[in-house]
Amino acid sequence: MNQLDQLESKSIHILREAYREFNNLCMLWSIGKDSTVMLWLARKAFFGHCPLPLVHVDTSYKIPQMIEYRDNLAREWNLNMVVGQNKVAIANKQTFPEGNLTRLECCKALKSEALKHTLSGEWERMRLNHKTGEYEVDSNTEPYTGVIVGVRSDEEGSRSKERYFSPRDRQNDWDVDDQPPELWNQYKTDFSPGTHVRIHPLLDWTELNLWEYIQRENIPLVDLYFDRGEGTRYRSLGCGPCTSCVESTSKNVDEVVEEIRSGKFANIAERSGRAQDKDDGGGLETLRRDGYM
Amino acid sequence: MSTNSILDREHMDIVIVGHVDHGKSTVIGRLMADTNSLPEGKLEQVKAMCAANSRPFEYAFLLDALKNEQAQGITIDTARCFFKTEKRHYIINDAPGHIEFLKNMVTGAARAEAALLVIDAGEGVQENSKRHGYMVSMLGVKQLCVLVNKMDLVDYSEEKFTAIKDEYTEFLEQLGVHPTAFIPVSAREGVNIAASPKAEMPWYDGMTVLEQVDDFRKLRGDADKTFRLPVQDIYKFTASGDDRRIVAGTVTTGKVRVGDAVRFLPSGKESVVKSVEGFSMAPQTEATAGYATGVTLTTQIYIKPGELMVRADEPQPKVSRRFRINMFWMGRPPMVMGKQYKLKVGAASVSAELAEVIQVLDASELSSVTNKKQVDRHDVAECIVETTRPIAFDLRNELETTGRVVIVDDFEIAGAGVILESLDDTGSVMAEHIQQREFAWERGLVTNEERAERYGNVGKLIILHGEYGCGKRRTAKQLERALFDMGHKTYYFGISNYFEELDHDVRTRDRARENHLEKLGDLARVITDAGSLLITTVTDADDYDLERLKMMTAPIEIFVVNLGENQFDNFPVDVALPYRPEMDGAIKTIVDTLKAKGILLK
Repeated sequence: MNQLDQLESKSIHILREAYREFNNLCMLWSIGKDSTVMLWLARKAFFGHCPLPLVHVDTSYKIPQMIEYRDNLAREWNLNMVVGQNKVAIANKQTFPEGNLTRLECCKALKSEALKHTLSGEWERMRLNHKTGEYEVDSNTEPYTGVIVGVRSDEEGSRSKERYFSPRDRQNDWDVDDQPPELWNQYKTDFSPGTHVRIHPLLDWTELNLWEYIQRENIPLVDLYFDRGEGTRYRSLGCGPCTSCVESTSKNVDEVVEEIRSGKFANIAERSGRAQDKDDGGGLETLRRDGYM
Repeated sequence: MSTNSILDREHMDIVIVGHVDHGKSTVIGRLMADTNSLPEGKLEQVKAMCAANSRPFEYAFLLDALKNEQAQGITIDTARCFFKTEKRHYIINDAPGHIEFLKNMVTGAARAEAALLVIDAGEGVQENSKRHGYMVSMLGVKQLCVLVNKMDLVDYSEEKFTAIKDEYTEFLEQLGVHPTAFIPVSAREGVNIAASPKAEMPWYDGMTVLEQVDDFRKLRGDADKTFRLPVQDIYKFTASGDDRRIVAGTVTTGKVRVGDAVRFLPSGKESVVKSVEGFSMAPQTEATAGYATGVTLTTQIYIKPGELMVRADEPQPKVSRRFRINMFWMGRPPMVMGKQYKLKVGAASVSAELAEVIQVLDASELSSVTNKKQVDRHDVAECIVETTRPIAFDLRNELETTGRVVIVDDFEIAGAGVILESLDDTGSVMAEHIQQREFAWERGLVTNEERAERYGNVGKLIILHGEYGCGKRRTAKQLERALFDMGHKTYYFGISNYFEELDHDVRTRDRARENHLEKLGDLARVITDAGSLLITTVTDADDYDLERLKMMTAPIEIFVVNLGENQFDNFPVDVALPYRPEMDGAIKTIVDTLKAKGILLK
């Protein structure tokens, strides 16, 4: 077994464990490479199927290609696609791009709040109807009690403290100081009513591992990750106004892998293009405590 | 660097443990800095932050990335850091030294292949130096290297180093642990981490920490051991047009090939591997240790998640409800007798009770206390645990991975242990319960024969069994009607329906089922002894459930009507009916069989 085999098997084991133990389970799909690898791993775990709903929080500021790519893949892979949104904030222009909120407040409103209420079922969920190809209001309003999230421990400080199965209380709070033990492939799969569990199958993966795996498995990614002739590409995807490109001429997966492995990005943090991190002095911790992924 | 070198490069998990403030985080900070494993700018960022707060820079701050952690100045959780050498990629788990954070230390240590244990040269061997040494060996970490840190504070004294080495070696010997090395270092000064300490410690001629880390052996050979696959789930994605019935799980040890005869325990069902399944991969004919895989079988057998799949031609695991374990307890409330816990082994989880505390070991002193009745927080104990139904496992010294259990108390993993011995069932809590019940049973003046003559039937528990929606409830009610109309003494007990609803809720199901079956057993014993035909329904039972009901209602046995496919391996079914049977025919078949078996007398 090489390292990618080991990482793959561990992630699959965790996904299967989650699928067996949680009745109301969903997977967050941000359209980025990490959660797309996770989606691929789910199809591996379930032998070509993805029996879990995929939840995407649409801030309305996502780069348009991301939404197009999402819906194409959802149709091609027959995915149970669920989308949530903070419609009120967007309608009232309570956002950073409209000049009414700071970056962090905007993240909190359009991502954290939207996610929290989409998961709880309090806000409308839109589900892709594969027959019509349209999104319709989802009749299922039950809260998701298990949420699979593609965070990695190498991303920044607070994420290195995460467990594979990480409980959150009613307020979505993460008690960093008192986390359950995990050992011998046994995880926290029991939880009291009102709480829910976040599941992190990608915790051990590094950015390079992901790209090598994308290369090995030939996983289709949104082409924003590659230089399309302008000498720039996205290294990390988010909302258009707060995510910038990096200078890079990598046009395909092979070139990106080589670039990350030995080239110019070998020692620069991946999220360096994400403006909100810098506004949150201690890493993403403030956002994370509030339920940011 | 060639294109494939990273994929081929080895990968190893190590853990760093030791008493609080002995300098673990500093060692890691140094390892990362000295191997150029820090993201660009990180070191500068932390240095700038220290300058801004007028604090001297320390390597430990690199790891203490969380705000509240820096405020407290101690490592709270297991932080995972990455560093790489020419030889390997490492994940180093920084385990906290405070005893309050034992569960974090366990989390870090349990996934490690090797451990670095740090002892402060000035403070010497402390309680947690010992406790962590013990835990690391119990968690199954095979390689341990001891770092005697802060040598700069004792003037790099060889005497100090040797004294600690001798004291700690003696301690480890009692545990049967043989450390790979003792290394004197000063993490703060960067002495003997990556750079050889010729100037500071000319007397030392061993390896640096980095050399030692690269010298840890990669433990292999899991694929050569006996095959074990804890069954995580059985998948059938019929709705997506896929008819494969796939037994899924991760192979813990050994290998299995297409054509191998396999057995599932504890049910004992057998089949042959038809295919090894996967998605987007080259066709496989075998599954080996470490891989998350799935197989299909040549025959349709009903197995449940949680069973242990083994090869029929290899040494078999133990199957038992009672066993002796060595465990440690992390829960705030102690582990006590008479309380129900959930025990997880492999992919199985069952209700369990603490049956006996044999001895509790004081981990720091290695002295044992034998008169305790409970296992307190942070105790290491040898005890006997009993589960409500049999589980399959291996003994720790035979096959370590499948000989490990965790115990869940109030939604949390509170205990973890290794199985030392399988014990037989006699004297089990249930056997004792039945014995006491029968002992206290006082009979009246009316005999069972007299009752049978009056009612036209002997007492019997009639179970209608089948999967959800098979029509068993309707059949049960019609059967009650028919038997009553024929003049028999009969009663339909419908509370099982409640548990059928619960059946879809995995979390509460097991415990509720066990309770229900136990209560049903006791109730049936009384009602059948009173001469009645007690009719009830049971969903998704297995041989063991029925054996247990039979035992609980003895000497009056049970009569089983199965609807739909027969999931039982050995337990004889009295009447086999189709899924959703035609009612008149079904009732007639049951009544005829009851007559033929002498249960209905007229």
